[in-house]
Amino acid sequence: MTAIPILKERESQIYQKGTQPFQMKCGKHSLAGSVSQRACVFCGSRVVLYPIADALHLIHGPIGCAAYTWDIRGALSSGPELHRLSFSTDLQEKDVIFGGEKKLYHALSELIDIHQPKAAFIYSTCIVGIIGDDVEAVCKKVSKEKGIDVLPVHSEGFKGTKKDGYKAACDALFKLVGQGSTEGISPYSINILGEFNIGGEAWIIKDYYRRMGVEVVSTMTGDGRVDDVRRSHGAVLNVVQCSGAMTFLAEMMKEKYGIPYIRVSYFGLEDMSKALYDVAAHFSDKPEIMEKTKEIVREEISHIYPELQKIKAAVQGKKAAIYVGGAFKAFSLIKALRYLGMDVVLAGSQTGNDTDYETLRDMCDDGTVIVDDANPLELSKYIIEKKADLFIGGVKERPIAYKMGIGFCDHNHERKTPLAGYSGMLNFAKEVYLTVSSPVWKFAPARQLSVNSDQLLTDFNPRPNTEHRTLNT
Amino acid sequence: MLLKHTTSEIKERSALTVNPAKTCQPIGAMYASLGIHGCLPHSHGSQGCYAYHRSALTRHYKEPVMAATSAFTEGASVFGGQANLLQAIDNMFTVYNPDIIAVHTTCLSETIGDDIPQIVKKAEADGKIPEGKYVIHANTPSYVGSHVTGFSNMCKSMVDYFSESNGHKSKTINLIPGYVEPSDMEEIRRIASEMKLKTIMFPDTSGVLNGPMTGRFKMYPDGGVTIDQLKQTGSGMGTVAMGRLASMAAARALDNKCKVPCEIIDLPIGLHGTDAFIDTLRHIAGVNVPDSLTFERGQMVDIISDMHQYFYGKRVGLVGDPDQLLALTKFLVSLDMHPVYIVTGTPAGKKYEKALREVVKDVPGEVKISVPGDMYLFHQWIKQEPVDLLIGNSYVKYIAKDDDIPYVRYGFPILDRVGHSYFPTVGYKGGMRLLEKILDALLDRQDRDATDINMELVM
Ligand code: SF4
Ligand code: SF4
Repeated sequence: MTAIPILKERESQIYQKGTQPFQMKCGKHSLAGSVSQRACVFCGSRVVLYPIADALHLIHGPIGCAAYTWDIRGALSSGPELHRLSFSTDLQEKDVIFGGEKKLYHALSELIDIHQPKAAFIYSTCIVGIIGDDVEAVCKKVSKEKGIDVLPVHSEGFKGTKKDGYKAACDALFKLVGQGSTEGISPYSINILGEFNIGGEAWIIKDYYRRMGVEVVSTMTGDGRVDDVRRSHGAVLNVVQCSGAMTFLAEMMKEKYGIPYIRVSYFGLEDMSKALYDVAAHFSDKPEIMEKTKEIVREEISHIYPELQKIKAAVQGKKAAIYVGGAFKAFSLIKALRYLGMDVVLAGSQTGNDTDYETLRDMCDDGTVIVDDANPLELSKYIIEKKADLFIGGVKERPIAYKMGIGFCDHNHERKTPLAGYSGMLNFAKEVYLTVSSPVWKFAPARQLSVNSDQLLTDFNPRPNTEHRTLNT
Repeated sequence: MLLKHTTSEIKERSALTVNPAKTCQPIGAMYASLGIHGCLPHSHGSQGCYAYHRSALTRHYKEPVMAATSAFTEGASVFGGQANLLQAIDNMFTVYNPDIIAVHTTCLSETIGDDIPQIVKKAEADGKIPEGKYVIHANTPSYVGSHVTGFSNMCKSMVDYFSESNGHKSKTINLIPGYVEPSDMEEIRRIASEMKLKTIMFPDTSGVLNGPMTGRFKMYPDGGVTIDQLKQTGSGMGTVAMGRLASMAAARALDNKCKVPCEIIDLPIGLHGTDAFIDTLRHIAGVNVPDSLTFERGQMVDIISDMHQYFYGKRVGLVGDPDQLLALTKFLVSLDMHPVYIVTGTPAGKKYEKALREVVKDVPGEVKISVPGDMYLFHQWIKQEPVDLLIGNSYVKYIAKDDDIPYVRYGFPILDRVGHSYFPTVGYKGGMRLLEKILDALLDRQDRDATDINMELVM
């Protein structure tokens, strides 16, 4: 059933388990002309650095790049909230012609005077890469004059994918690491990397570690502070969450400071518990930590268990489609959905790599469709074909799911409800339950009629209702 | 609170925009393109811009927003984007099969200097554009103007590409509604049809970005102006363009190209704005105003007179797009309210500012206007001397909360409420809705602040 045409070049980015030999191509740049759901380098950098709340984030470029990233993420701060403002050099035509360095210099100096930030991140957008501003030099100059770190982030959108943006952000962060004093840091200490405190998730996680008797030196970057980053090299272990956004930094810290790292996920009971146990295992010379950890896991799970069971009974057997940013997130979601007794019929990501997709294949049941960098037509085709009841994705997918009359869960970074940790798992289960069992889907006309899916597919197939609308009289 | 970093002391800022009251051109062009039936907007640049534009439109309309990208890589930014666009056109027609592709540029492709018409010609010569399908384009560099400029440029492109005169004038009137909501476009059409006029409206996003839930995902919803209709605009008996910044360019182009005379009026917001719109239609078509519209007008006046004591002398701060601000300010002044702070991020020009000043010339005290300004400055003014009511997009809610001021959501983007895409604010009906919103905000506040003994039941 291929009622929608799939570009030849894209065939290698879609795989149905059990039907073909596995040969996914990913990490490919999106095809020109595709309705891709992906974003750019700048977006990646912005995501990673954004939660550092006492730093100044100045976007060097025309207004749009700054306008679209103004306070759209749910990264909470317990103190300053400078990160939630939108600062832009708002480049004009004359700047594009004559260069924007002067403007950048003035903007930076003014901002630092007004807000006295701990450090400043200067994001280069596409156009800066073309007009050739020497952002580095301006940063150096201002840094000297004002006596704070002014860090250029090389995030020109066209210079790669979102992943390259993560790397650019890590490069900038790494310049701060090592500047602070490590005095008084416990031998049982970690940094939390790749946790952005969406809806307060970092606070939840930090609390578990604290109760275990482990000191968290810095969280990068959720509820982040410049001074914490500066002394983060004093930690004994780096605990890196998810999708590899900050694996780059962990690698660099390992090389320079000899700090080992482990990869974890805080999503779902299984992965959450593993994240705690793995850290405890690292500090095996202090058995109390492991003892305490077991206690915490027991306590937390028993706390949410009864309610989870109720939800489980209600959502058992429902089918879910997942399309998220990072593959790692997809893994955790699959496990969590399985725990709830649901089937995953489609799994995909914007930025997975080869090994990610192999893992994904191994995790999935036969018949599950696996996609890399999918477009809305492909997604909706498989949603119908596989009769999904739930879609988990980002902002652009939500209305598509709703139009098709199925439930939706936002596993993106705009939300302000924590989904990490044990309490987060309960939130997630509640959200799934709420949307999957909502009576509203009964109003979806297609469902009422239970039209067969071939019929539905003709909708996409290409086009339209040839009769044109008549003149409005 | 988010805006705790706003200080009341205003320092001169020479090089910096903080908390913008505008966004960039392509999103306006994308929105306009979605008002053509069967159109796939295409962003010629790198992937990020268009992802942001689609997300922003999706958040505002809560509808699927389809568009494609040239997905520039480093190579494209060195050698130009011709290869990308050629491949993109081919891919789009193959996979998504639109009637028409509307290409807009981004800062990147503008700076590189890609020549879109030349590339499109090449695509045509290579046979990449199927019979009966179209590719149009608009240049939308974001370092010039704002999202409103982008909208205007795409509207003008519709004329440049399609409008043709067939030699005789038809009885059809062209309507260019400006950068307004789908609901507003629908209402503008309804008013004209109440007057029994034949009209073509472009762009027309009603039915595209406020469509029904059908249980199906439609890549190309039913709404939108068709290409045939766009062609016929060249034979219209006249054009009414609403909002100088968003619609004038297209109207003028149509006049130049096909000699269709145009009237450029304010957006039909409020009593006078709607009167002027209806009057213009009446003149062009030589018809009478039907009783049904007179009745609606009467209702609106009735609300105003019933509640006039609550409007009197209220200080209002507004942030928004220039065409809306001008019409809305006129409306507020006609209600005896005092618009005292007015900010748009769009560089709308000296002439515009003068027109706005003229509207508020009788408002007592100092009226602060910043064209272009940003919301940081706007907030600083409020900190210095507060207002009784705020009108603006969703970002204004932070100011409203921070300084505890009644607030009406209006403009773009609205990310946190529904209604704007379904209920108009233009025309008499829309005016009534605005009145209701303003009164709700003011009277809710009065109730909230009333002591037990002062609480009024009848207001
Ligand atoms: S680069 Fe230009 S077009 Fe792209 S988002 Fe930024 S301002 Fe808008
Ligand atoms: S201009 Fe470049 S950096 Fe800015 S949003 Fe577009 S792709 Fe990203």
